[in-house]
Amino acid sequence: MDVDQTTVAQEAVKQAPRGGLRRRRRLTAWLFMVPLLVINVLVILGPSVATIYYSLTDWAGIGPAEFVGLQNYRDLLADGDFWMAMWHNVIWTVLFLTVPIFMGLLGAFLLSQIKRFQMFFRIVYFVPYIVASVVNAALWQNILDPTRGIGSALASIGIPFLDGVAFFGSERLALPSVAFVNIWAWWGFVLLLFLTALQSVDHELYEAARMDGAGRWQQFLNVTLPGIRPTFVFVVLLSIINSLLVFDYVYIITRGGPAGASEVVGTLMWKEAFERFEAGYAAAMGLGLSFVSGLIVLIFVFLRRRGWEV
Amino acid sequence: MSIFSEDRQRREPSKIPYYVILVILALFTLGPLVILVFNSLKSKAEIARNPLGLPLSPVFENFSAAWTQGDFSTTMVNSIILTGGTIVGVCIIAGTSAYAMARLDLPGTDAVLLYLFVASAVPFQLFLVPLFFLWGTLHLTNTRFGLILIYWAIFSPLATLLLRSYLVGLPRDFEDAARIDGANELQVLLRVVLPLSWPGLLTVALVSGLATWNEFFFAITFIQDDNLKPVTTSFLAFQSNFSQNWGLTSAAAIYIILPIVVLFLILQRRFISGLTAGGLKG
Repeated sequence: MDVDQTTVAQEAVKQAPRGGLRRRRRLTAWLFMVPLLVINVLVILGPSVATIYYSLTDWAGIGPAEFVGLQNYRDLLADGDFWMAMWHNVIWTVLFLTVPIFMGLLGAFLLSQIKRFQMFFRIVYFVPYIVASVVNAALWQNILDPTRGIGSALASIGIPFLDGVAFFGSERLALPSVAFVNIWAWWGFVLLLFLTALQSVDHELYEAARMDGAGRWQQFLNVTLPGIRPTFVFVVLLSIINSLLVFDYVYIITRGGPAGASEVVGTLMWKEAFERFEAGYAAAMGLGLSFVSGLIVLIFVFLRRRGWEV
Repeated sequence: MSIFSEDRQRREPSKIPYYVILVILALFTLGPLVILVFNSLKSKAEIARNPLGLPLSPVFENFSAAWTQGDFSTTMVNSIILTGGTIVGVCIIAGTSAYAMARLDLPGTDAVLLYLFVASAVPFQLFLVPLFFLWGTLHLTNTRFGLILIYWAIFSPLATLLLRSYLVGLPRDFEDAARIDGANELQVLLRVVLPLSWPGLLTVALVSGLATWNEFFFAITFIQDDNLKPVTTSFLAFQSNFSQNWGLTSAAAIYIILPIVVLFLILQRRFISGLTAGGLKG
């Protein structure tokens, strides 16, 4: 059998009937794709399509799903909890579009200007990104503890204004505090993306700008920023999408609390599906969230097609 | 000329302010992790007196207590099985499909590439609900294999894209020679391409291995059985049980991050290039 195939292949090469050989290779090519396609259809594509159907049903997750048309979407539009969670995602997005991008840009720029210890700083800034979210959450829960954390430590040296502040327990502070922890773990990654981009900016452009008498700030505005624009746009897109879909840190630290003060759509949907057994409603929420994030990606693609060079 | 060079020298600013800011950022980044290490070395009594500072009388009993009370002998094995199974599967799935696209002139490669881009960026929320109940029907919830299947699916699109671009950059001469000598495609893949593509596979293994070890969302959703939980979700339960015993929870946290940090320090260039190449996730 093996010998037979080999002879056929050799014949094919010798007599060069290119068509037959090519057909064989095409068949082999699709054969090699089978594992990827099967696992993708089973886990991602199939359930994604099923989400569309289940979003139109009243379904507890077990038993038959009752078709209810667009009722889930009407409920969604009237659901105050959903809009509150969406608003929290918007706040989260604003925080992620400002703080880590500023810190990443600053750090990357400074790192690109130095030689000694550059590698050391790069490694240090990146470490929180590779540490598990449960660990990062736990260490900040300790540090920001109202009675034994940084607040009481500062109070003991005469700076009392953070003493007793329950960062994760107060309705006013829970959302920004959780976002802070996530930003702490995330910004080093942004820095690295920017640093890679900065290092590929042509040095002669800086020389030319200096010749023209441009100061450091002008060099930054006129050489650095245009040079890293594709990366900058990518980071902006990534920040928006990640902010819309955020789940881990919110679920781990506050579970959306207190009293929904840090609830985001990701955690709300999870609760609807697995705690309140409103699987149909959760499917509608998941589809809505995916629709919004897909729309944002499409806007970026559209702008790029229109020649915005974003 | 001399005026110009003098001018340049004068305007060359000192780098000291740069280092000051960089050190502040480094303290902000490393400080909390250093406190974690400090706290793992403190007894309960010392934590109460000194919750954030240096351990004045270091003890190591937290580590043995955390290992047994956190049931790490079970959860470490679970995490190793999940991570190992994911790495092997993703390398095989992404390896064969990347090979098909880069080398076997797969018809419709452009469409497949587009699908892979979309699949690697699809929000989990889009397929989570039906997937959960499908897995229930197939008796795959609360099994490690069920979770590994999900990891294969969500990590393989990006891994395929990475490996494909790696393979496209490799010369084809050796493969063509092997084909002329009568090797079939599987033999070409295993004997010729595989030995050449290990750097690409290593990157894929590191990226998907790191993602699996740290993964939380699917692990918390699909595994409730304590005997099957990985270290991450098990740690969350452990931490809420012992929320006041910082020494114990800090020691447990160190068990989780030590393998990753050590591996990262050894292979950091490859880690960083792999992770920045695969920036778009989730």
